[in-house]
Amino acid sequence: MAGSLDESAVRHVAHLARLKITDEEAARYADQLSKILDHVRQLNELDTSNVPPTAHPLAVTNVFREDEVRPSWSSDAALANAPDRHGEFFRVPKVLDQEEA
Amino acid sequence: MASGHTLSETAASIQSGARSATDTVREAIERAEKLQPRLSAFLSTDSQRALAKAAEVDAKRARRQPLGPLAGVPVALKDNLCTAFGATTCGSRILKPYHSPYNAHVVDCLESAGAIIVGKTNLDEFAMGSSTENSAFGPTRNPWDETRVAGGSSGGSCAAVAAGIVPAALGSDTGGSIRLPASFCGVVGLKPSYGRVSRYGLVAFGSSLDQIGPITSTVEDAALIFQVIAGHDPRDSTSVDRPVPELTKALSRPVKGTRVGISEEYFGPGLDGEVSKAVRAAIDLLAREGAEIVPIHLPHMKYGIACYYLIATAEASSNLARFDGVHYGYRTPHPEDVIDLYAATRGEGFGAEVKRRIMLGTYALSSGYYDAYYLKALKVRTLIKRDFEAAFESVDVIASPVAPTTAFRVGEKSQDPLAMYLSDIYTIAANLAGICAISIPCGFDSRSLPIGLQLTGPAFGEEAILSLAHQYQLRTDWHTRRPALIKGT
Repeated sequence: MAGSLDESAVRHVAHLARLKITDEEAARYADQLSKILDHVRQLNELDTSNVPPTAHPLAVTNVFREDEVRPSWSSDAALANAPDRHGEFFRVPKVLDQEEA
Repeated sequence: MASGHTLSETAASIQSGARSATDTVREAIERAEKLQPRLSAFLSTDSQRALAKAAEVDAKRARRQPLGPLAGVPVALKDNLCTAFGATTCGSRILKPYHSPYNAHVVDCLESAGAIIVGKTNLDEFAMGSSTENSAFGPTRNPWDETRVAGGSSGGSCAAVAAGIVPAALGSDTGGSIRLPASFCGVVGLKPSYGRVSRYGLVAFGSSLDQIGPITSTVEDAALIFQVIAGHDPRDSTSVDRPVPELTKALSRPVKGTRVGISEEYFGPGLDGEVSKAVRAAIDLLAREGAEIVPIHLPHMKYGIACYYLIATAEASSNLARFDGVHYGYRTPHPEDVIDLYAATRGEGFGAEVKRRIMLGTYALSSGYYDAYYLKALKVRTLIKRDFEAAFESVDVIASPVAPTTAFRVGEKSQDPLAMYLSDIYTIAANLAGICAISIPCGFDSRSLPIGLQLTGPAFGEEAILSLAHQYQLRTDWHTRRPALIKGT
């Protein structure tokens, strides 16, 4: 497993996770996450080359149901918690520049 | 409820007409409000709705209509369970305000059985924590000692039961979040086997680990609630279609002949001496009553924390992607563009621990690190699961401490995430393996803080742990002790 996380690595991970963090947070998380990764590294003591992964405790696979129309929420119910909406849509800031659009 | 009464007693007094549901529910809400400044056990109460529901129960009884098994009994819900009434906050600013359009499956189950939901309880933000200090709305205090934590993440639910506000509450357990606070607060907490209880309407943290379970003051009461909430629900594809046994009857199983496994891995360095002594005394009692004590070995248990904090955070990083300031809850006021809308909303809306876990999980899943961290943890999970499968070939139940210590002080571990994570060292493996476990009171330390005994059973082995736990309670009175705070209120 790779080494500890420095501040620039923390900023990269924060960007991947879409989390805006301050410089002070980046420094603190670099320290804390590095300590946690140090602890986690003890998994390397184990030889798992012939061990299958367990992503889930149950042996359930796909669960199917009939493909039939059933009642669902109205768009008003689905949009009721939206911070901003426009008619039947969630409204967000412009994604593309005018020229690109 | 009359403070300190059990769920069974409360239900019986309403069924018989000795007390009205209205009086019972009113008293619960008054106690919740009175103790709120001291404990912060609740995030919201809904007296209007609860009293209206209680009046319906009283009217039904007056008309001699049949009542459900929990008719008129006040219960509380951890505030990561969605309700179509009131708010659902998950202890987070990012969900403020959020009004779910639907009830969690367990909420419908409780209400169908006649239970009255009086409020939603405090928790670590998104159930991430071991002390309820990570709530955006302030920590829950331990009813036995208000300078100490209630444990977490279901700290509000456990404190509410311990303080005699409600006879039962629901919590969720991803790595010990029902059992640890139950142990710290001196109440009973059951984490059912993965798949037993539908997670529909439980705000997801670690989807392969999360289970909902009851918190009560007796094992009998936990069995009663479990009976009501367990069972197949097609709305959760991981809910198992398998009959739920008649548990209240199974509780009479004799101790004699039960094979109880003891693993030294649970009694290593780091375990407080007083906790160790109380747990060993409980095991001795079971042995005197005819249980066969069998030494077992769980060689990979010590890797549980490392394994869990990769898997749970990886799942959390994916599950919490939905909180983006677009669909519900908080939105940053002045986003520069859509990426900034997501990042600033999440940066401002999530608390420190949630951000830490999202980053750890994102890192473990990121390109170049996936095999070394996430995949490695999944393989170690297989080894931990196999340890338990092997153990349960020779024992029915495994007995151990719930936590290495009793309740710690508010603030003691909040600056050291790893020290906090290590509180879960004995509870985490059950979630990784998908098996069931219960925490029951088994003594007090020299500071009069409760100590918990954990009984762990195989997947879908709730009968075995509940019956042994019940038989233990028939022979001890730890579960009948109440904090001094009850007498003064």
